[in-house]
Amino acid sequence: MGVRIERIDLPGFGIRNDVITKSGCRVSVVSLRSGERDLAFFNADDPDSNAASISLSDDEAAAIAEVLGSSLTLSRLSVLGEKVEGLFFEEISLPGGSGFVGHPMGYMKARTLTSASIVAIARGSDVLPSPGPEVVFESGDVIVAVGTRKGLDALGKLINNGPS
Amino acid sequence: MHETTQLLIEVGALLLVLSVLGRIASRFGFSAIPLYLLAGLAIGEGGFLPFDASEEFFEVGSQIGVILLLTMLGLEYSAEELVSNLKKSRISGILDGVFNALPGALFAILLGWEPTAVVALAGITWVSSSGVIAKVVRDLGRLGNRETPTILSILVMEDLAMAFYLPVLSALVIGAGLLQGAFTVAIAVAVVLLILYVALRHGRVLSRLLPDKNAEALLLGVVGLTMLVAGLAERVSVSAAVGAFLVGIAISGPVARQSAQLITPLRDLFAAVFFVFFGISTAPGDIVPVLLPAAALAVITIATKTLSGYLAAKRAGIATAGRWRTGLALTPRGEFSIVIAGLAVGAGVEPMLAPLAAAYVLMTIVAGPLLARIPDSKWFKARVRKASGTPPPLATAPA
Repeated sequence: MGVRIERIDLPGFGIRNDVITKSGCRVSVVSLRSGERDLAFFNADDPDSNAASISLSDDEAAAIAEVLGSSLTLSRLSVLGEKVEGLFFEEISLPGGSGFVGHPMGYMKARTLTSASIVAIARGSDVLPSPGPEVVFESGDVIVAVGTRKGLDALGKLINNGPS
Repeated sequence: MHETTQLLIEVGALLLVLSVLGRIASRFGFSAIPLYLLAGLAIGEGGFLPFDASEEFFEVGSQIGVILLLTMLGLEYSAEELVSNLKKSRISGILDGVFNALPGALFAILLGWEPTAVVALAGITWVSSSGVIAKVVRDLGRLGNRETPTILSILVMEDLAMAFYLPVLSALVIGAGLLQGAFTVAIAVAVVLLILYVALRHGRVLSRLLPDKNAEALLLGVVGLTMLVAGLAERVSVSAAVGAFLVGIAISGPVARQSAQLITPLRDLFAAVFFVFFGISTAPGDIVPVLLPAAALAVITIATKTLSGYLAAKRAGIATAGRWRTGLALTPRGEFSIVIAGLAVGAGVEPMLAPLAAAYVLMTIVAGPLLARIPDSKWFKARVRKASGTPPPLATAPA
């Protein structure tokens, strides 16, 4: 904890938030008033300029935030996966207009149909651990499942094809 | 042919040409302003194509263009941003003013011009082009750079200074006597301060009066209010441009963001008309004799602008490479210089001023964005490293 964030005004453009890491690196998030945003990285050669600046769309920014946010949960799960032979975990995002959105998890019958288990749901910056069958899927959910290779493949197909 | 029919044909054909020019400019990554000026020079009096029917349209359109340019400028800043900038970067702002307005003033004195033209040329060489520089900074991916806030705050300071400079210039242009002139300037400055105060303290009240839910009503409301205040400001010799700028500042919050979105396309249309009109009202034949003086002025003021930007970045604790980036990025002059020249020329001050301003802006607006790229080149980086005595980086990161 205790991460240093500097906020700098860019008049006419928007604001820039700098995150300074423990190693002294600077990662800048430039939020423009037009709603766009850039991600910029510190340049070791010339500390005032950035080595790379990347424009991100809304979806891309959300995806990066999600990956960073859920990587904590996943890194713990992956330890488990390595220990148990033949057991894998996978992260499957629910397609935006999926027929499962708005229905409880029980409706998917994931375990009955594929023998893979849903162990968590990543929703925005939250993670719902061991969700019960009554949990209702929302748009943008990422499903974290554990199972055999075959079972996970079947689950992936089920989630992508939607309810039959 | 009927007058209106002729007007439609002329305006339509010209707008189509401007559209092609705009595409060419964006293809090569530079501002379209110089091409619009050249298009204006090519038509009208002394140009290749006489445009008679639409002259009046361009004149009115160009006034609306100035008003919208300044409203948008005001909308981009909040009053809080202006005040915090005033506190933070007033010294850099003053340095910028002294280093860049003085060369213009001295140059005009050297040419033996009258006082009004001296003040006008000082303004023309002083103000950088916010529009062009904002685009250059964005295009070069420098928004995340540490020197960028310094560049932007100098632009804000210049824009704020214009709110006081323009009324002074308009009072001079009217040609009032010394006592009456001082009186007019005092009124103008008082009005600017009053509007700034109202914008700061009661900006929300004004924004609440405007309908933010209905796009059509908001557009009409903002444009109507701006033109009304601009007209009233002109009536008390404050200059319409300043009135428009202040209305832009006074509107805040979500209403400001929405208005900016609605006005941008209108501004693009009328600003193009404004640049074309400035070209139309300048005879191309007059430009040739002022090419050398304009080039000399451009070289001098590009150097002084680079120096004042370098010093401002140094004050902000930026290292050598960043100081050069700041100085060179600030060199293009553009819309404001043309606004100032337009204001002075409209009142018949110094016939050489318009062609000189046109040539000067053309030169700096083309050279500036090219100069701004220099600090990204390999030899420049090597030179800076050598000069500052730091060894080259041991492991070069993959680009």
